[in-house]
Amino acid sequence: MRPQARKPFDQSTIPNDLCPIATEHVVLKTGDWRAERPVVDRDKCVKCATCWVYCPTQCIVEKKYWFEANLEICKGCGICAQECPHHAITMVEELED
Amino acid sequence: MAKTIVCDGNEAAAWGVALARPDMVAVYPITPQSSLAEYISQFVADGIIQADLMDVEGEHSVLSVLQGACLAGARTFTASCGQGLAFMFEPYFRTPPLRLPIVMSIVTRDGITPQCVWGGQQDAMTVREVGWVHMFCENGQEILDTVVMAFKIAEHRDVMLPVNVNHDGNYLSYGVEKVEIPDQEEVDDFLGEKNTNWHVALDPDRPMGVDPLTGGAGGPGPAMFARYRKGSCKAMQNALPVITEVHQEWGKRFGRYHAPLVEEYFLEDAEYAIVTIGSMAGAGKDAVDIAREAGERVGLIKIKTFRPFPLQVVCQALSKVRTVGVVDRSVSFGWNSGPVYQELLSAQYFLEERIPAVSFIGGLAGADITVEHFSGVIETTARALRGETVAHPIWLNE
Repeated sequence: MRPQARKPFDQSTIPNDLCPIATEHVVLKTGDWRAERPVVDRDKCVKCATCWVYCPTQCIVEKKYWFEANLEICKGCGICAQECPHHAITMVEELED
Repeated sequence: MAKTIVCDGNEAAAWGVALARPDMVAVYPITPQSSLAEYISQFVADGIIQADLMDVEGEHSVLSVLQGACLAGARTFTASCGQGLAFMFEPYFRTPPLRLPIVMSIVTRDGITPQCVWGGQQDAMTVREVGWVHMFCENGQEILDTVVMAFKIAEHRDVMLPVNVNHDGNYLSYGVEKVEIPDQEEVDDFLGEKNTNWHVALDPDRPMGVDPLTGGAGGPGPAMFARYRKGSCKAMQNALPVITEVHQEWGKRFGRYHAPLVEEYFLEDAEYAIVTIGSMAGAGKDAVDIAREAGERVGLIKIKTFRPFPLQVVCQALSKVRTVGVVDRSVSFGWNSGPVYQELLSAQYFLEERIPAVSFIGGLAGADITVEHFSGVIETTARALRGETVAHPIWLNE
């Protein structure tokens, strides 16, 4: 368990045209850029965290028995699928609904 | 007690830094700034400056390190010029919109190529549109005083912008003059309490992202981006009265009144004027004195603050005369004249009447702009005043 912040910076204390800062982590939904999504085979995933280490957007989230990508942020770069030592991640084309 | 020493401009700047009690200084030596970096290193070694001194591997890192330090609450200083400033450009561009009150001396140097390590203002002039405050000094005392004042201007809550204090390479960096070093306690009192990061406060207990990606078209990004740009532009305008107030307070406390934005020299009854920036003002004033003895009604306008551009006071000064000759120590490649000349033309749009203006370019690559040169400038400007068409720009050191 990572230590939790006690008191986030109160952004309302400074003018909103001063310094670009963010106390919320998702300002931009980079997930909208994705052409392929990573799909995790939960039977193969051993929770080694290799995908978590390699993800350039730090979008991998930990579940009880596997890891998976937060699709609001994941850009679909495929690095996790490339690096997964158990070949548990497959890149699947995003199809329009 | 204030004490008087004899030193060059780089040492004067270093004493200004010492008086401001910075927490971190990062430097990478480059001619003609090197001795300034050395003085600061010496002061840190001797305990005169109690700051972390970072010897980094290049100017890009210099400013990047200082950004981090400033976000963590440090008062920071650096100095650079020429190619060093060029290498620093990426973090240099990032500093003003981050609203980090970093102070940096540019010991101005001409732009390569041809290969050159001598004075000229091409470096500072080339980065004039990046959002840093730019003030140009005339002599050693003004360098020391302005470096101290720069911290107060930069850290003012209405400003929160980085400030460049520029002094001419060679002529000021190595020129030796009498300089008074004010009393430390009085400077402490003048600068007041330090708070460089009230707006960000890098703090693990209060996490935040600084400078997050704002996003492209279609989302809230562009509007957010425009809002911050507008904020930076507003801060630049806020800086004008702050610079004036801080200079006035300095005058009251220390007895030295430097013109904050623009200095007028014998302008009240002048028919025409020459315009200068930086150390050349000394020779310019001497030439004005000589011309006045000969009966010429000529004055001098010295630009101290070039960014933000002090439009109102420049217009006030210009409205007193009927012709100006502008001497630049750098060129504007796009206009076949000097940048100060271009700004003066822009200012004239706000005057009721347009007046003839002649562009002179001199002092490049360490060339001296002598009193004789200025006498020539005055003579030529007088010809324009009399209605003669003068082909320009006129290159003084050709």
